[in-house]
Amino acid sequence: MKKLMTLLAVSGFAVAGEASADYALNLTEGVTELSRDIHDLHMLIFWICVGIGVLVYGILVYSLIHHRKSKGAVPAQFHENTKIEILWTVIPFLILLGMAIPATRVMIKVYDTTGADLTVKVTGYQWKWKYDYLDEGVSFFSTLSAKSNEARQMGSGIDPATVDHYLLDVDHPLVLPVGKKVRFLFTGGDVLHAWWVPDLGWKKDTIPGFITDGWATIEKPGTYRGQCTELCGRDHAFMPIVVIAKPEAEYREWLAAQKGTAVQAAGEPATSQEKPSDHQPEPPLAAAGSSEATSPAPAIGEPLTQEVAMTLGKEVYESHCQSCHQANGEGVPGLFPAIHGSQVVQGPLAAHIQLVLNGKPPLMASFRNILKPQEVAAVITYQRNAFGNSTGDLVQPADIATH
Amino acid sequence: MSVSAIHDDHHDHGPAKGLMRWVTTTNHKDIGTLYMVTSLIMFMVGGAMALVIRAELFEPGMQFVDPMFYNSMTTLHALIMVFGAVMPAFAGLANWMIPMMIGSPDMALPRLNNWSFWLLPFAVLMLMSTLFMEGGAAAAGWTLYPPLVLQTGAAFPFTIFTIHILGVSSILAAINIIVTILNMRAPGMTLMKMPLFVWTWLITAFLLIAIMPVFAGAVTMLLTDKFFGTSFFNAAGGGDPVLYQHLFWFFGHPEVYVLILPSFGIVSQIIPTFSRKRLFGYSSMVYATASIGFLSFIVWGHHQYTVGMPIEGELYFTYATMLIAVPTGVKVFNWISTMWRGAITFESPMLWAIAFVVLFTLGGFTGLMMSISPADLQYHDTYFIVAHFHYVLVSGAVFAIIGGVYYWLPKWTGRMYDERLAQLHFWLTTLSVNLCFFPQHFLGLAGMPRRIPDYALQFAEFNAWSSVGGFIFGFSQLIFCYIVIRCMRRQGEHASDEVWEGAGEHGLEFTLPSPAPYHTWETPPNVH
Ligand code: HEM
Ligand SMILES: [Cu+2]
Repeated sequence: MKKLMTLLAVSGFAVAGEASADYALNLTEGVTELSRDIHDLHMLIFWICVGIGVLVYGILVYSLIHHRKSKGAVPAQFHENTKIEILWTVIPFLILLGMAIPATRVMIKVYDTTGADLTVKVTGYQWKWKYDYLDEGVSFFSTLSAKSNEARQMGSGIDPATVDHYLLDVDHPLVLPVGKKVRFLFTGGDVLHAWWVPDLGWKKDTIPGFITDGWATIEKPGTYRGQCTELCGRDHAFMPIVVIAKPEAEYREWLAAQKGTAVQAAGEPATSQEKPSDHQPEPPLAAAGSSEATSPAPAIGEPLTQEVAMTLGKEVYESHCQSCHQANGEGVPGLFPAIHGSQVVQGPLAAHIQLVLNGKPPLMASFRNILKPQEVAAVITYQRNAFGNSTGDLVQPADIATH
Repeated sequence: MSVSAIHDDHHDHGPAKGLMRWVTTTNHKDIGTLYMVTSLIMFMVGGAMALVIRAELFEPGMQFVDPMFYNSMTTLHALIMVFGAVMPAFAGLANWMIPMMIGSPDMALPRLNNWSFWLLPFAVLMLMSTLFMEGGAAAAGWTLYPPLVLQTGAAFPFTIFTIHILGVSSILAAINIIVTILNMRAPGMTLMKMPLFVWTWLITAFLLIAIMPVFAGAVTMLLTDKFFGTSFFNAAGGGDPVLYQHLFWFFGHPEVYVLILPSFGIVSQIIPTFSRKRLFGYSSMVYATASIGFLSFIVWGHHQYTVGMPIEGELYFTYATMLIAVPTGVKVFNWISTMWRGAITFESPMLWAIAFVVLFTLGGFTGLMMSISPADLQYHDTYFIVAHFHYVLVSGAVFAIIGGVYYWLPKWTGRMYDERLAQLHFWLTTLSVNLCFFPQHFLGLAGMPRRIPDYALQFAEFNAWSSVGGFIFGFSQLIFCYIVIRCMRRQGEHASDEVWEGAGEHGLEFTLPSPAPYHTWETPPNVH
């Protein structure tokens, strides 16, 4: 007990320096009209509860003090009173009616996704987000930042307090324009997830095979952080969301840079869904604030050398395969098979390609639309020549295209 | 309530000797004891799992367990607490008390009674054995949502089979309780004279019979989706993952009322005794319980405000859920009016009952807040709701059970528990439960999602407090175990027949000798 208290005090001091300034007691007002409306609803119902609470607890405490036997209280005989019973049924009902009206008004607003200026499709994957700017042909994945990811491993020896925005930072944030109505379309790639940025005022489930929607008009430029809120497996806690809201002009600039970087190395997910050969490689995602260095990527269609395939394949493996099949390729017994010594990996190439392209529902996503042929080729090459596998195969994008 | 009881104590044959007494018993008191002991053990096991969770959450960073195991802990903790601790405790109390309260010699279907108990230990043992299976225990949360739950390893069919067995056990117990209450009442014990604990259990039993088959059906559909190629919940095959959620919560919301209605009953027994005054608004209590029972079937969608229902559905579930606050409020007002101008004393059972009223109401307030669907778009799946349901389930359901045990333990064992230790147990538990769960409101509002093993730095302080509270809470329960075991071993002062001053006025059970003989009411009392 004493030990625990000391522990608490120590840990309290330890985090006080970095974090105390940040912690909040109440719901954020957020940066959209919806989030403010919802915050107001929250405060209204909160104060109603406080009011009822003061009354109810007040009467209870009064009774506990004054109607004690030790004070010589003699029990009264009453045990019903129709009038008062009707009263305390009707009055709460009226209070609720008073709550229902503003709640309905706000809910109708939440559901009004019409008249949007742009649409972003959000897909939840185990354990990353994919953002598609539907009208712009820009799309990319967003995963936990490398620093947080390193620090959060058990026995990493890294103090989370030394990591900026521990667990709330990503490699590629979602960039949105300020003052524009953004419509979000949500869907799931494998299991359920939920997309929540408290400053936008709501969360929405992402459901495989279905599309749900939501909207936000962000009023202030800034960085807004959130997390997945629907349990989605092992790394549910490790797929944060970062939204950067920029003034229209800066947003346009960012967008243009994205379109310029049509072809990216794997792991640098900004890609175009237009015909990829129209574009040339460019410095990737500088505007999004990505700090990671990237390896030069070969243009699509160009045959891979063993060396390039292995480097690219390792990157793809780390961002798309590792969370299940593990860094050492040993998998998780009973859940996720090992790559090391796998029958598929050491067997015929065609089966291996099929598996990666089609996935294994409900356990593994189909990568046909997630990775480019070049990336699939690279990661398969990598798997067939790493983790103690040594088939010596070199798979080419052209091999993938035929499947 | 006045009673002219004729006790006949010749041919009062006692229990059989040895272990077989417990295996083959059809005696409602034995079976009640079995349920209660099982419940206490599972309460400690589920509690240990909670401490694994709280240990991992004490500080940011991953210290002790793999995230997968963490998820198994949250899943099993909830399943064990709900199905292994709280429900069996209610069943135990029902077995012990309902026959004694309505003047019946036993439950109506004694062999069925034995069977419904003995299914239980095997079910929970099977559930716990899944921890050692390849791939670990189920880790998709107690709600077992697909598609995630379909990623469970070897544990999957065993988890589902466990639920089937638990379901059968609950349904059998519920049938037995209904039949007993409707057929075995002593002459003069009309329905509207039944103690409130009996009433709340009667309604609970109907809820159980209605919902357990739905749950069993839903998990069977999971089973066929995984093993037999059906696509109930798989969009690629024309199904819908959200359909499972509707089925689950059609079970799940009434289920949370299964976990609270008998508590309402217990508290409604305790408060009049220690206020020395009749329960205020008896008939409105009965009607309120019945309306809560009814409403509980039509509000399930409030667990799914974020799945993208049509707005009509969203609004309907909002209004219906808000309505539940009305009968719930009536109950709270009635308890307080019972105390009003009574002559209150503060023996342990009363302390727990008062704490129940205060803290359950707090959970009711957060429930009301979450019923407002737009606001719930923020609260949903955060620690705010974790705080809500622990206030209603721990400082609600569990507090009422503990209060009930203190209230009736002297009747069961013939011994008075140690009041000083019991007061210590109460204060430690009440302070720590608040230290554990109150900060979670702030965490949720500040943006911490539920079911995560690690969190951002701004959540560190409150999590540390919460963990300290959790550990104090957990270890305080050892005092409870000690107190109960002492009474069971017949140590401590003898209890009088009435046990509590004037309790004979408040329930037939307190007109029987202490300890209650193995067979009671072989000749029914006459209730005026
Ligand atoms: C005034 C009465 C109550 C209201 C209006 C209410 C409302 C709600 C709402 C709206 C939710 C869903 C929150 C969310 O997921 O976003 C919820 C969750 C929950 N409530 Fe209540 N509630 C009430 C009383 C109770 C009682 C009496 C119990 C049980 C004893 C209970 C147990 C739970 C549980 C276990 C959950 C969470 C289930 C889960 O997601 O795992 N509630 N409640
Ligand atoms: Cu509910």
